[in-house]
Amino acid sequence: MTPPRKREQGLVRAYVVTDGRAHPTRNTLDIVSLVNAVPGRSPAGLTPERRAVMDLCRGGALSVAEVAGYLALPISVTKVLISDLIDSGHIIARAAIPKAQLPDVQLLQEVLDGLRARL
Amino acid sequence: MGSAPASDRALVPPGGTPSYVADSVRTAAKILVVGHFAVGKTTFVGTLSEIRPLRTEEPLSQAGAHVDDLAGVPDKTATTVAMDFGRLTLSDSLVLYLFGAPGQKRFTRLWTDMLQGALGALVLADTRRLHQSFDVMGLLEEFGMPYAVAVNQFDGAPHFPEEEIREALDLLPDTPLIGCDARDTASSTKALIALVEHLQTRPALAPQES
Ligand SMILES: Nc1nc2c(ncn2[C@@H]2O[C@H](COP(=O)(O)OP(=O)(O)O)[C@@H](O)[C@H]2O)c(=O)[nH]1
Ligand SMILES: [Mg+2]
Repeated sequence: MTPPRKREQGLVRAYVVTDGRAHPTRNTLDIVSLVNAVPGRSPAGLTPERRAVMDLCRGGALSVAEVAGYLALPISVTKVLISDLIDSGHIIARAAIPKAQLPDVQLLQEVLDGLRARL
Repeated sequence: MGSAPASDRALVPPGGTPSYVADSVRTAAKILVVGHFAVGKTTFVGTLSEIRPLRTEEPLSQAGAHVDDLAGVPDKTATTVAMDFGRLTLSDSLVLYLFGAPGQKRFTRLWTDMLQGALGALVLADTRRLHQSFDVMGLLEEFGMPYAVAVNQFDGAPHFPEEEIREALDLLPDTPLIGCDARDTASSTKALIALVEHLQTRPALAPQES
């Protein structure tokens, strides 16, 4: 038997760090949206969790999912934190999936070319 | 101790030192790698990922949030659902994320997040328990997510003719069925290629702009 997960406590706490909100303020954030910190923007006044997101995203771009993975937070919580930080001008989304035109013929071809080049 | 002032010192996040996406990247795509427990999802993602694979866990229920997520879940002790993921840089401007997650009997928020905008899914299967792939295939079909099936040949697993596997899984004639060793880079890459080639042949590629 595997022992019970230890992360549960962290998950409950993670819910608290979003002030009890389960939904981000914007729904355009995808788990592969690439985000980075706005250069020169000070994290002063941010909660520790939001500051941790800022610190992580200062080094370059990461997907929302990667931010969640590195900070050991659920995706849902990470989305709330990041969308708050976008609203407050701390984080910018660099690139997201162009959802409206997916699946895109050109994108599929680029993915295929990229995969074939690895063989 | 370190010489950098405290404010400049990057704290190492719990998940380790981050590997950032190249500055030139403009597009991020995602493909799902799904299947039942121990079918090789984590192995597959780890084989192809250029970063150390990451994992997130999502609570299945949170006070006041998506309470309906728990309705109908028979095993209330399963309070989290985990997802493994990795990243491949495919060109100067494009990265591909692979998300590996177990099948679920019904949609969870994490599944909705994964499915949204995904190009397609690779369903990993094991010939010793093909029926365990039904849940995840059903979920993909319900969502209209195109998929290919990759059979991982486990040591000691019986070898069936392709036709028998197709029949056991009740695959549509145009659904690709490939063999795959999730521990092998070339084999895993070829499985993804078969999926993407299938995605290219789908007729309904036009944007649903209404
Ligand atoms: N022979 C063989 N073993 C595999 C293959 N893929 C995974 N395994 C092994 O199967 C076990 C379960 O794989 P894992 O990736 O953890 O499965 P998951 O639960 O779907 O993430 C591990 O011991 C792997 O080494 C495969 O393609 N062939
Ligand atoms: Mg796994």
